[in-house]
Amino acid sequence: MPAVEVSHIVKSYANKVVVNDLSFSVDQGEIFGLIGPNGAGKTTTIRMMMDIVKPDSGEVTILSEKLTEASKNKLGYLPEERGLYRKLTTIDSIIYLASLKGLDRHSAEEKADELLTQTGMLPHKRKRIEELSRGMKQIIQFIVTIIHNPELVILDEPFAGLDPVNTELVKGMFADLRNRGKAVILSTHQMNEVEELCDRILMIDHGRSVLYGKLAEIKSRYRSNSVLLEFEGKLGEVSGVREKRPHQGYVELVLDGNTTPGQVLERLVSAGIVINRFEVATPSLNEIFLMVAGKNHE
Amino acid sequence: MNKTSLIFKHEFWHTTRRVGFIILTLSLPVLVLLGIGIFHIVSGITKPPAEVTRIGYVDQAGGFAQFTTQGNITLVQFDTPEAATQALIQKNIKEYFVIPPDFISTGIIKRYTMQKEMVLPATTKTAITNFLSSNLLAEKVSPSVIARIETPLNLVTTTLNATGAVAAKQGGPADLIIPGIFGLLLALSLISSSTYVLQGLGEEKKSRLMEILLSSVSTRQLISGKVLGIGVAGLAQVVIWVISIPLLLSLASSSIGGFLSTIQIPPNLLVLGVAYFILGYLIFAVLAAGVAAISTTVQEGQGIAGIFTLFAVAPFWFYSLIFAFPNSPVWIVFSIFPFSAPVLVMLRLGMLGVPVWQLIASIVVMVLSIVGGMLLVAKLLRAYLLMYGKRPGLRVIVRSLRSG
Repeated sequence: MPAVEVSHIVKSYANKVVVNDLSFSVDQGEIFGLIGPNGAGKTTTIRMMMDIVKPDSGEVTILSEKLTEASKNKLGYLPEERGLYRKLTTIDSIIYLASLKGLDRHSAEEKADELLTQTGMLPHKRKRIEELSRGMKQIIQFIVTIIHNPELVILDEPFAGLDPVNTELVKGMFADLRNRGKAVILSTHQMNEVEELCDRILMIDHGRSVLYGKLAEIKSRYRSNSVLLEFEGKLGEVSGVREKRPHQGYVELVLDGNTTPGQVLERLVSAGIVINRFEVATPSLNEIFLMVAGKNHE
Repeated sequence: MNKTSLIFKHEFWHTTRRVGFIILTLSLPVLVLLGIGIFHIVSGITKPPAEVTRIGYVDQAGGFAQFTTQGNITLVQFDTPEAATQALIQKNIKEYFVIPPDFISTGIIKRYTMQKEMVLPATTKTAITNFLSSNLLAEKVSPSVIARIETPLNLVTTTLNATGAVAAKQGGPADLIIPGIFGLLLALSLISSSTYVLQGLGEEKKSRLMEILLSSVSTRQLISGKVLGIGVAGLAQVVIWVISIPLLLSLASSSIGGFLSTIQIPPNLLVLGVAYFILGYLIFAVLAAGVAAISTTVQEGQGIAGIFTLFAVAPFWFYSLIFAFPNSPVWIVFSIFPFSAPVLVMLRLGMLGVPVWQLIASIVVMVLSIVGGMLLVAKLLRAYLLMYGKRPGLRVIVRSLRSG
């Protein structure tokens, strides 16, 4: 059963199509990256999934049903624009927002203590939200998002404002959610984080899907026909290599159309070259993002 | 517990713990108690001394020897003006007067005092007048006639209605004061409660909590829980005042007396006060929610909402005109206009009363306005609650309302 099934959704504002015939699905137990340039329609797509905004046409099913007030309790949502009640204490904020997700006070407090301990925030339990730093508030917001053990977690720019320590902490919690079979949708501009965390991605631009699938397959699809080589000794002519591009500490070998990286490796070994690193050159997701987004903006 | 109840409970406790709410709620009883206390302090300071004041007199006309005790004033007879002057210098008397031989024909009384004064004190004048008239009438008429001549009038007025029966409203300052106080408190409570709705939604919008809340509850649940929670807190405030006013009034009338003891609170004023608070609050709360949806900041929202809350306080500006012309068609129109109805009806109730048809019309218009307003505001909330930093223009708002 997919956690999310989005089918041909369309949304327009003032005659401008913001999301245009978008379809995708998210499976349970995976981290799914929703990426795209500014104004691509990511937040509108998420809001339609959360039933905060109604699509003009198309359908969204969450955990195999249309989203209802009751099924909202199975969702955890960390929006890009997020905040907390400044005058409430940390624990009161968590308990109130958890109660809106169906947790009773006792369970909410018990679970809050557990998560506050896990994130090192327990000493700040009785502090007012306005007394916390921005990073601390982010952690509390993340706790609020997952305290009710949701089946689907949607995170819009979750790393904004987090220091490297807290970023690693949050990443660990994402991985934990995936390991427990939860579906996680991650919408971010930070491609390195997507590359590190996501199993599959959807890249949208101008409200349309431009890339969709397994991250490894997409990277493979955009792979250039070259290998990166660090070696010792002198590199002479290598059969099947069309061009050698020297870089700082390594060389990029551009292969001709008939040669595979495996064949080049065999030839280098048989030529007695001492190889320290041999890597098939694949573009980073950031490069793919720029490639695709750039092409669409030309 | 359903989510509306959770929001209701949160908003109720959040509102009743606000310092401003607590101060406003306690302000009425505290101010009245303070007023009673100040009255007693001031009256204790200015109260005329309990000891007897001695006033001398010289009777040159003859026949003025009786009735020398007039309340706290004792009249002491002297044989000559010189003897009276000596007594005045020695402060044995406060002042003296001379009844000349031709008093009966001229009425002239010569008064001598060492104090500079603007006018003759009323107690002194009354004492001298009563002393003179009592002596003049002594042995000619009975003491009861003398008493009647001294105080000829104890006026008791009864207002009759069109059928000749005793009217329910007997007029007087009490009829103006209680509805005036009620109207003022109602206006304060309406404005403060609807401001809490505006601030609550505005702060949730400003602190970017709105989207988090809407991921758990619907717009309808959010608004109804908030409006009801803050509304019940405001109602509790009004109920505290409604309960405390008769108690405070009883305390004030027993300790101060005067016209305060004549004040009676008509039961219909209490019932209508609560009913108009509920309807008025819902009108202003719906408006506040709509304004919060389209405003970029709480301050901007308060500025817009302030235009409408002027209608709640405007009846006080025209209080004297309402009093002078209570049945003017202008007041009838504004008694039905939903934003001014709650306070204006309260004020008019104290004057001549408000005809039943006008009460029904104003309540019906208010109910319809609330229902219609909620439908329109729901559209605005859906469209603009998640719009940050940009206020839609009037044309865009109208288009949103049309398109839904």
